[in-house]
Amino acid sequence: MLLSALYNYWVVILLMMTGLYMVIAQGNLIKKIIGLNIFQTSVFIFYISVGKVSGGSAPILSELATAYSNPLPHVLILTAIVVGIATTALALALVLRIRQAYDSVEEQDILTRDNQC
Amino acid sequence: MLTHLPILQVILPLVAAPSCMMLQKSRLSWAFTVLVSFAAFVVSALLLQQVMADGVIRYSLGGWDAPWGIEYRIDALNAWVLFIVTGVSTAVVAAARASVEVELGASRQTVFYTLYLLCFAGLLGIVATGDVFNVFVFLEISSLSTYALIAMGRDRRALWSAFQYLVLGTIGATFILIGIGFLYMMTGTLNMLDLAERLPAVESSAAVLAAFAFILVGICLKLALFPLHLWLPNAYSNAPSIVTAFLAATATKVALYLLVRFTVTVFGIDFSLSALPLQSLFILLGLAGVFVGSAVAIYQSNIKRMLAYSSVAQIGYMIVGIGISTVAGMQATLLHLFNHALMKAALFLALAGLVYRVGGCSLDHIRGMGRQMPWTMGAIAIGGASLVGMPLTAGFISKWYLIAAALDSGFWLLALLVVAGSLLSAIYVWRLIDAAYLREPEKTLPAAASGEAPVGLLIPTWALVLANLYFGIETSLPVSVTQLASAYLLGGAP
Repeated sequence: MLLSALYNYWVVILLMMTGLYMVIAQGNLIKKIIGLNIFQTSVFIFYISVGKVSGGSAPILSELATAYSNPLPHVLILTAIVVGIATTALALALVLRIRQAYDSVEEQDILTRDNQC
Repeated sequence: MLTHLPILQVILPLVAAPSCMMLQKSRLSWAFTVLVSFAAFVVSALLLQQVMADGVIRYSLGGWDAPWGIEYRIDALNAWVLFIVTGVSTAVVAAARASVEVELGASRQTVFYTLYLLCFAGLLGIVATGDVFNVFVFLEISSLSTYALIAMGRDRRALWSAFQYLVLGTIGATFILIGIGFLYMMTGTLNMLDLAERLPAVESSAAVLAAFAFILVGICLKLALFPLHLWLPNAYSNAPSIVTAFLAATATKVALYLLVRFTVTVFGIDFSLSALPLQSLFILLGLAGVFVGSAVAIYQSNIKRMLAYSSVAQIGYMIVGIGISTVAGMQATLLHLFNHALMKAALFLALAGLVYRVGGCSLDHIRGMGRQMPWTMGAIAIGGASLVGMPLTAGFISKWYLIAAALDSGFWLLALLVVAGSLLSAIYVWRLIDAAYLREPEKTLPAAASGEAPVGLLIPTWALVLANLYFGIETSLPVSVTQLASAYLLGGAP
């Protein structure tokens, strides 16, 4: 019952762990950013799940509906998505500069090059 | 006008940032930033005065009352932190011109000041708002601009440190977001006061506990509490000198404010202390930070790195103060928040002067500089004394209060350890003094190295140094404000 009824939360947890694992385990900076993205996306899904009222319709007034889903989490997460895009853009820009300066986007290469000089 | 002060505090730098972008002249954008920062300082001083006189100020954005609208709520704690952040920022940015010119080159200055203003606005927003989601948004505004500011450092390592900080900072902020999601799920509100009212009814649920854990870890990442401090030394030592001074004095203070706000106001101190063994956790981690931070600082040859590790140690003291969890402990934390901002800003600005003249800040660079740059080194000496906690400096006052608070609650071992931690900091500060005054200067330094740092940099540095001395003797302002704030936080007089 728990698995099927709350499956969206299990998806959130799965995505969250995948993302975090990628950030930690991957040496490639681009893959790290993708991991970070997956991690953030899991939170978006979490918020959207929270806003759903079972049996509720979209929060638009109509005679057919009696219950409405909560629009606030969606609005909030719109902001968070924008923040996520900004973070990704900044991270990619940084990776671009790192590539120019170090000629590599692998964590290991960057660390060895830093230790050389 | 006076009724709109809380929003003015945030809107002013936020609107100033894009306007700054349009000023193409770098001198002009510097002057503009100083002006804005000073205006924000005046606003925060007015706010502090108003709060001390009439109590809490509530401001509903756009006339929408809380809990539907976003509310800005200024009590003694916010007003105090706003005052610190704007005050230090004004001194730092006033000193910035020469240093930024040398370290960033001509073309990037306007961008630098724009980012600086954005970061400043973000920090003020975090402190002023009474809405937890707003906290997240402003946190990201300040963080994103901080990453870019750090990446502007001269060395290519700055890029790598900025990236590391970006990854950790984003994980921290996202943790906070998850926590806020849980809180909203359980209570249906985002307003801090509303949350504080509704949480006791559901506080036994696992979701609230999860929210607490996520928010705690997220903030502690931002705060660089001991085991989560790994991003800080790199970020501080590779960023441009002015950015280091600004971040060391304000960003961690704001994160500490958030920690206090969430543990004490939102979750309530009783819940916070009973949900997790927070008291022993904070005291142990704080002390670990003090000892590990200071011990590592002793072995650093790069002075910026040394002071960065010392920041980790000083954050430890503040956390210990929260861990004592009495009014006196909280007061010690808030006092140290103020004093540490003063001393670290003074020290890092003096270092900016050193980097300006000599081009680097390792112990070799500082050798024998006591005679060539007496004012800069004097600032480092007095700032260092304050860091150690010598009497007649601000650092002494906060340590005194911390030890008194520890003894009050019967933690005599803790009091002893705090003194021992100060002795450790005396060692690394002594290394600086020793190098600056008792060694012969390096022969290979460029000829430009002889001479004092520019006056524009020295005046704000010495203003901060004198503030360190002044608040070491005349403590009525910080003590009265922090007393009010901590009594208000821990359920004393409203």
